[in-house]
This record gives sequence, structure tokens and C-alpha cells, in this order.
Amino acid sequence: MPGPGEGTEATTSDLSRFAEDTLSPGLAVGQGQLYMTAVMSETGRRRRLGVGAWIAIGWLVLIVILAVLAQLGALPLKDPNRSYAMCARLGPFAKEGTAPGHLLGCDTNGRDMLARLLYGAWASLLVSIGAVIVGFVFGGVLGMLAGYFGGKVDTVLTAVFNVFLSIPAVILALALVAFLQGSAGETGGSSGADPKIILILALGIVSIPLLGRITRASALTWSEREFVLSAKAQGAKPLRIMVREVLPNVLPAMLSIALLGVAVAMVAEGTLSILGVGVKPPTPSWGNIIGSQRSSLQESPHIIFEPALLIFFTVLSLNFLGDVVRARLDVRESSV
Amino acid sequence: MERDDTLLQVTDLHTSFATGRGTVRAVDGVSLTLAAGRTLGIVGESGSGKTVLARSIMGLLPKRGATRTGSIRFEGQEIGELSPKDLRDFWGRQMAMIFQDPMTSLNPVMKIGKQITEAIHEHLEVDRSHAREMAVALLRSVRIPEPERRMKEYPHQLSGGMRQRVCIAVALACGPALLFADEPTTALDVTVQAQVLELIAQQQRERHMATIMITHDLGVVAGRADEIAVMYAGRIVERAPTAVLFSELRMPYTQALLSSIPRLDQPSHARLSTIPGRPPNLITPPPGCRFAPRCAFAQDRCRTEEPPLVAGDAPGHEYRCWFPVDPPSRRPATGTPVGAPNGGEA
Repeated sequence: MPGPGEGTEATTSDLSRFAEDTLSPGLAVGQGQLYMTAVMSETGRRRRLGVGAWIAIGWLVLIVILAVLAQLGALPLKDPNRSYAMCARLGPFAKEGTAPGHLLGCDTNGRDMLARLLYGAWASLLVSIGAVIVGFVFGGVLGMLAGYFGGKVDTVLTAVFNVFLSIPAVILALALVAFLQGSAGETGGSSGADPKIILILALGIVSIPLLGRITRASALTWSEREFVLSAKAQGAKPLRIMVREVLPNVLPAMLSIALLGVAVAMVAEGTLSILGVGVKPPTPSWGNIIGSQRSSLQESPHIIFEPALLIFFTVLSLNFLGDVVRARLDVRESSV
Repeated sequence: MERDDTLLQVTDLHTSFATGRGTVRAVDGVSLTLAAGRTLGIVGESGSGKTVLARSIMGLLPKRGATRTGSIRFEGQEIGELSPKDLRDFWGRQMAMIFQDPMTSLNPVMKIGKQITEAIHEHLEVDRSHAREMAVALLRSVRIPEPERRMKEYPHQLSGGMRQRVCIAVALACGPALLFADEPTTALDVTVQAQVLELIAQQQRERHMATIMITHDLGVVAGRADEIAVMYAGRIVERAPTAVLFSELRMPYTQALLSSIPRLDQPSHARLSTIPGRPPNLITPPPGCRFAPRCAFAQDRCRTEEPPLVAGDAPGHEYRCWFPVDPPSRRPATGTPVGAPNGGEA
């Protein structure tokens, strides 16, 4: 598998290692929430975010704003699908016939890289964030049910999660895309559903068991706390206890995993593009720019390196933020 | 005790938990009655089944692995026959509980005000602003200064004593007829303990509420309970109206509990007496009297045959012992307080 594929592997295993860390000392995650409250409450002690965290936040905000503006047509960008044959393969710093007006050069077809990257950011962000939202909602609900009710519900749901986790993520996503495309084609008739929706669903389903297990572990420990018993002793209904008492305490653990999940989904989208089932060209995404142009790595490396760097910094920022969230939980634990 | 005024009647309550190592019989045949507005103190060391008893009566046992048999009648209504929905209606309105540790019995991410109004909304049809007013009034009645400001604060911003007051306010929100206080002062500073106990007593008088006060400290219930039941290894081993218990106690375990409390009239630096050993394993409790292995007066019969709960001389006094000790009232005023077993059967 080429470079970005390996990247996926590495990040996925990072995520699962993180998941293990977070899962095994379930209580440790739980203990952290008090600290989160302190951070979130207005009068509580505020801990400063480090410079790194601000850079990460800044980068992510910048990318999101640029992607949205590009999509709205508010930026003076060239048409990402128009071919400037003269400038084909020219990099940003090419010696002869530097591509005028093409800040980041052009791809093999002479299309403006800057425009393709910023338009591609939209597809990449949409797919990765959408997938994690799917995983967050469904994984969260299932994990909460498993953790709160325990017993048979827990046994069944955990078994399902484990079955899904035992299949390599990329292969599962690949199979799901193929399956969803097939069924969408049958029902939808001509062109089927938007491939982005299919990707969101496929990657979302892959992330459900990850988020589900984290939520379950955290909900399990919080459900055994006395304030939950106290709420029960006041006559609160199970749904109310789950939503009002347990969920707010479980949310920080879910959020830190979800941040990493966005990064993993972004890389996974790239991987799927390279395998030919990602966002369909000519619609650009960071992943499919690398995927469709990968043969030109030697003669015009900028075409590959520019989207790769964008993915790299975005994933790095997301990982960093996820770590910051996790560190917050740990700090509280050690200070008590 | 007035017979018609019975609020709670527990008959032959058994609660056991299935564990990997066997069945733990945490509560093993407990019967008790409580009249409206009265206070029952349940005393015993850790692991004697006090908390499980309270949770069994309330029906707050874990869903899995716990078995409860016996009858619990509250105002004539059998608790075990209530549907989960009826039970939820019942909780908070009829029975409420104050937990041992105020640090963990409040939700760390919910504001104080919300925690109280949640309890109110659960049972009473009142609008938001009315519930708020009720919550402020409750906080004021548990003597929390600046209740309006506290409403907007989180539990971690309050001290332990303040949190326990909030817990009391939450428990009282819907005016329960019976309040369980499960070691309400164990986690608190000694200086705050008396205040919290006095607060509970005052609320109880004002609301004509019955209370079951669970503690390991006879001193906590001495001046406050109408009746005291001493628990050991899942059973009630001695029970009497408070004054009678302290003057007529017959069970060596009660005596040992009492003499393990430091007293002002002892010379300073006097050694506190302790009970050797630890409570028995409740999976396979010892045959005979469960206290026998640790009892200074145990004889062969104690180790083979379990003594029944027999009536003492004073009305309402019952104890479980083959060779009861001399009650303090019959001992000479001076000399060593530890009486020899009188050898007689009651």
C-alpha cells in the first residue's frame, strides 16, 4: 500500500491504543470530569491552553473558513475544473514559464492546485466530520444503553462492537461503500446517491463501535456513582438519568475520541480514494487529488505533497486537540 | 409506640447477592416497625448490612444478582408489589435517602439549583419559576447562606458540609414521609457533624417525618433516635428504645460498641477498648451466634447454636444472646464496667 495508506494504519492503531488507554482505567476517565466542570464553569479555575493548542485550533478554524468560503464562491479562485494546458505540471516555483496566477502550481491536467485544494477541503471535511457525527450519535446512543442498562443489552452490543472492530477498518469501509453503492443504485435508479453520503455512512458505520465502546466504558463507571442512585431514589426515569445525569459526564471522553476520529476518517477517505472508491473525480477532495495524480510523484511532486501536507497538518491539529482534551482529564485525576 | 400509627413494617427481610464466590447474605431475617414521625437508629460496624438494609427497604438494589424476600409494608402497601412506574412515584414523595458521601452524591456537572428543581419537577406539577422559588426556600431552610447565589453554583464550589445540606434539600424536596440517612455525617468534619444532625432533626420535627438513621457511631443516635437497633452480620442482635438500650443492654456486641467510644469521664490517655477480629464472611457465616468468634464471653453453646431474639425486662427490649452481660443499670457504680457473663439463659 502506498504512503498515505500506511498513514491510515498508523493513525488507526494510535486511535485504538488511545481507546485501550481510555477504556482500561474506566474510572480514571470518569474521575476527570470534575476537572472539566471546573474548566467549563465560569467561576472555576481556568487552565490556560498551551501555544500548541491555539495553533492547532487556529489551523482548523482557518481550514474550515477557507473551505466554506471557497464553496460559497466568496474567494477569488480559479475554476477548479478548468484546464490551463500551458501550465500543466508546473509547480509553484517552476523555473521556466512559472505559472502566473497559479499560486500553488497546477496538476497534470493544468488545473489550478490552489482552487482544487480549497474546494477539496470541503469534501474532505464534509466526509470526515459527517462520518464522525454518524458514529458519535449512533455509537453514543448504543454505548450509553449498553453502559447504563448492562446485562444482556451490554453483552449483545459489546459483542456486535467487537465483531465490527475485529475487521480491519479500511476493508470494512471498502465493503460498506461497495454494498451501499449497490443498494443505492438499485433503489435510486440512474446515478444513485451522492457518493459523499455513501462515504459518510460507510466511514460512520466503521466509527460506531469505536465511539460506542468508549461511551459504554465511561457510562458504565458513571452509572454506578451515587448521584445516579440518588437521582433514581428521587424517582427519575431511566431516560432522564441517562440524558441529564450520565451523558454530561460521559461527553468529554466521547469528544476527545471524536476529535481523533475526524483525523482518522480524513485519512481513511484518502485511502479509499487511492483504492478508487473515494469522492468521485472531477469533484476534488484532498484524498482523491493524491489518489488520481499519484503517478506523477516523481516529475511533479508538488501535486502530491500539497494535499498531503494539508492532510498532515489537519490530522496533526486534530490529534493534538484530542490529546489536550485527554490531558485535561488526566490532570484532574492526578491532582486529586 | 402507637400501634395504629405504623408507617413502615418490615417482616423477615432477607437480601442476598450472588457473587463469584457464593451467595452473600447481607441482610438475613430482619424485622422492624417504625411509626410516623419517629426515629430509628441502626447501628453496626462496616459490613454489618446497614446500608443494604436501607436500600432493600427502598427497593434500590442493583438490578442483577440481588434477591430480596420478606415483606415490606409502607402505610399498608406492599413495596414488592409496586410496578417500576409506581415505585418511581413512590421514591422521593414517600421515601427519600441522604447518602453517606456528599462528594459523590451530587452530579458534578449540574448546578445546585437544577439538582433540586429536577427532584421537584419529577413529582409535582409546578412551573419553572415556582420550582425555583421552592428550591431557594429549601436551601434557606437547610441554612445555606445566600441561596439565590448558590443555586447557580456547581457542587465543587461548595464545602463538604454545604454539599450535605444540599443533599438534604434534594431529599426533602418532595416532602417524604420517611427519610433514610445513611451515615450522613461520616464524610464530614467533626465540627460540621453536629450541625448536620441537628438540621436533620429539626426538619424531621417540622415535617413530622420518620427517619431511619444509619450509623456506626452510637453517639450519633444516642440523643436523637427514639429506638435503636444494633446490627451484626446481617441480623439485628439487640433492639430497644434508646434510653433502655443504654441502661439495659445485654448483648456483648452492644457493650463492646459502646465501650469503643471515648468518654469524657475516663482518665485522659486511657486505652480505648476495641473489638478484636473483623465481621464474619457473610457467604458462610459461623454456625451458632455470629458474634461468637469475637466475643469475650463466648462458650461452647454460642459456637453451635444460634440464639433467638428474646425479650428483655424492659418493654420493647429484645436481644440475641445465650449468656447476656449484666446491664449497666445493675452494675456497681464504681469498678470495672465489664461484667462477667451471668451464665443464665434469658
